Amino acid sequence: MSKESTSPFDVAVIGAGPAGLAAAVAAAERGARVVVLDAATQPGGQFWRHRPESVEPDPEGHGHHGWKTYLDLRSRFDAAISTGVLHYLPNTQVWMIEREDAGRFVLRLTPATGTTIEVPTVRADKLVSCAGGYDRQLPLPGWELPGVMAAGGIQAFIKANGTLPGKRFVVAGTGPFLLPVAANIAAAGGKVVAVCESSSLTNWLPHMGAASGVPGKALEGAEYAAIFAKHRIRYRTRTVVTKVVGDSSATAVQIAKVDASGAIIPGSERLLEDVDIVGFGWGFTPQIELAVSLGAETRIDADGSLVCVADEKQSSTVPGLFLAGEVTGVGGAVLAVAEGYVAGASAANGEQPKTSTARQIQRHRRFASAMHQAHPVPEKWDELLTDDTLICRCEEVSHAQVTEARDVLGATDARTMKSFTRTGMGWCQGKVCGYAVSCLSAKGTTDENAQHASLTSVAKRPVATPLTLGEISTLDSREPHNL
Amino acid sequence: MSNPPQRITVNLNATPVQAEAGQSVGAVLMGQGIKAWRTTRNEGKPRGLFCGIGACYDCLITIDGEPNQRACMVQASDSMNIEGDFSA
Repeated sequence: MSKESTSPFDVAVIGAGPAGLAAAVAAAERGARVVVLDAATQPGGQFWRHRPESVEPDPEGHGHHGWKTYLDLRSRFDAAISTGVLHYLPNTQVWMIEREDAGRFVLRLTPATGTTIEVPTVRADKLVSCAGGYDRQLPLPGWELPGVMAAGGIQAFIKANGTLPGKRFVVAGTGPFLLPVAANIAAAGGKVVAVCESSSLTNWLPHMGAASGVPGKALEGAEYAAIFAKHRIRYRTRTVVTKVVGDSSATAVQIAKVDASGAIIPGSERLLEDVDIVGFGWGFTPQIELAVSLGAETRIDADGSLVCVADEKQSSTVPGLFLAGEVTGVGGAVLAVAEGYVAGASAANGEQPKTSTARQIQRHRRFASAMHQAHPVPEKWDELLTDDTLICRCEEVSHAQVTEARDVLGATDARTMKSFTRTGMGWCQGKVCGYAVSCLSAKGTTDENAQHASLTSVAKRPVATPLTLGEISTLDSREPHNL
Repeated sequence: MSNPPQRITVNLNATPVQAEAGQSVGAVLMGQGIKAWRTTRNEGKPRGLFCGIGACYDCLITIDGEPNQRACMVQASDSMNIEGDFSA
């Protein structure tokens, strides 16, 4: 980086997915000096993840939605880099944010891969978090077997590598996202044995008004219907995977029909054999740890996720901190881009969003809310759990240990559960089991705020990503190398 | 525009294996039919790719002598030494 870049930036953007790209471009085009930090090695986020540009320099965007939007954002992003107003730091994760004099943000950085970090600290007057999210998971018997993946993980694998992680797939959980995952598998030459959707599609009927506000989604739906017909993919609604079967890796799944509460309909169980990859997705968990660590106010969204509160300028409740994309509520890439533009402009010069943009955001928020209500996590999802089902994969904490801690020791929130059983204390820091542990801990509590408090305790991670002790101990010696 | 894939050679526990340039370490392993490359600390259970995007840390592996690297995040490169418990 050049000498001029040693002073603090006007705006730091976390994430280079749909929201982050839009925020960065909006801020840079308004004259702000911008730094973008992203864990991946090239822009696009999970939604526009693509093969390494070193091997495929001009990706055509097959299997992607909104690729033209990506190309437009990317060319503006690259233009801002070439004029020197935007600094892009790939392969970089933010592990802690502090505030110093005058409220300036100090971001401590660690490499996503490898062990060396060129720029260990950046400072910025405004911060836009567009950290995105990851697949939300619910434990079930056999989910720890190799061959079981997150639905989004399968899609990321295909998009990034151009190959498949296996041959015969079952995709299960809930929500429209299961459809593109199955379509991507089929397009790459994999066999999708079944897509199991726990909800009934009639759940959409009360929400047709909200759905009609976003007609593009209906077109996407028609597109998937055609792909499913072409590849003869069975779309089984009101169906869940009750267990994954296998010895050293997944070889089959047992599925069953469920009622509206998610309770298994007796006698409906059947085995799908010869399955080597099982993908689960129960919606998404937004990555809000950094915003929460700065004190941003949270709320429970329609999907039960803990998200951060943002106003019409995408401003959080923390002065100087703006938010866009899934961190404000899971709503997909179009909404993320719209919010990103608003957040970037607000951060750069306090600009108010245009009425048309504000309306677009509202329409997509309504659609997202309808989607979440049509595809809830089944109320009785935990009926599948056996005593020895792992809840926390990292620390290998069983369902029996969790229920005992709750019922005997009074661990009725995720934080107390963590101290009694070590749930969420491993490498992932509760990212994978946090939602399930919150549900299981708070089960039976009548306090309406119990789940909010429980999820908040999961999201409170002063250190947002695993570090070596060396990295922490060298904090002070990093100062002379600051950007 | 796709160019013909460039081939690279990586070493899986010192055994050379051909792979396509631009793939993640996890993809190279899965391409070899290896689904697990470490065992858990308490119960010794096999683990490989799970979240696929760097959140879960299930796919940790030793790369060029550096332990605890995420196989889903690291791009394989020529002559890379990848060490794991491939019989996990």
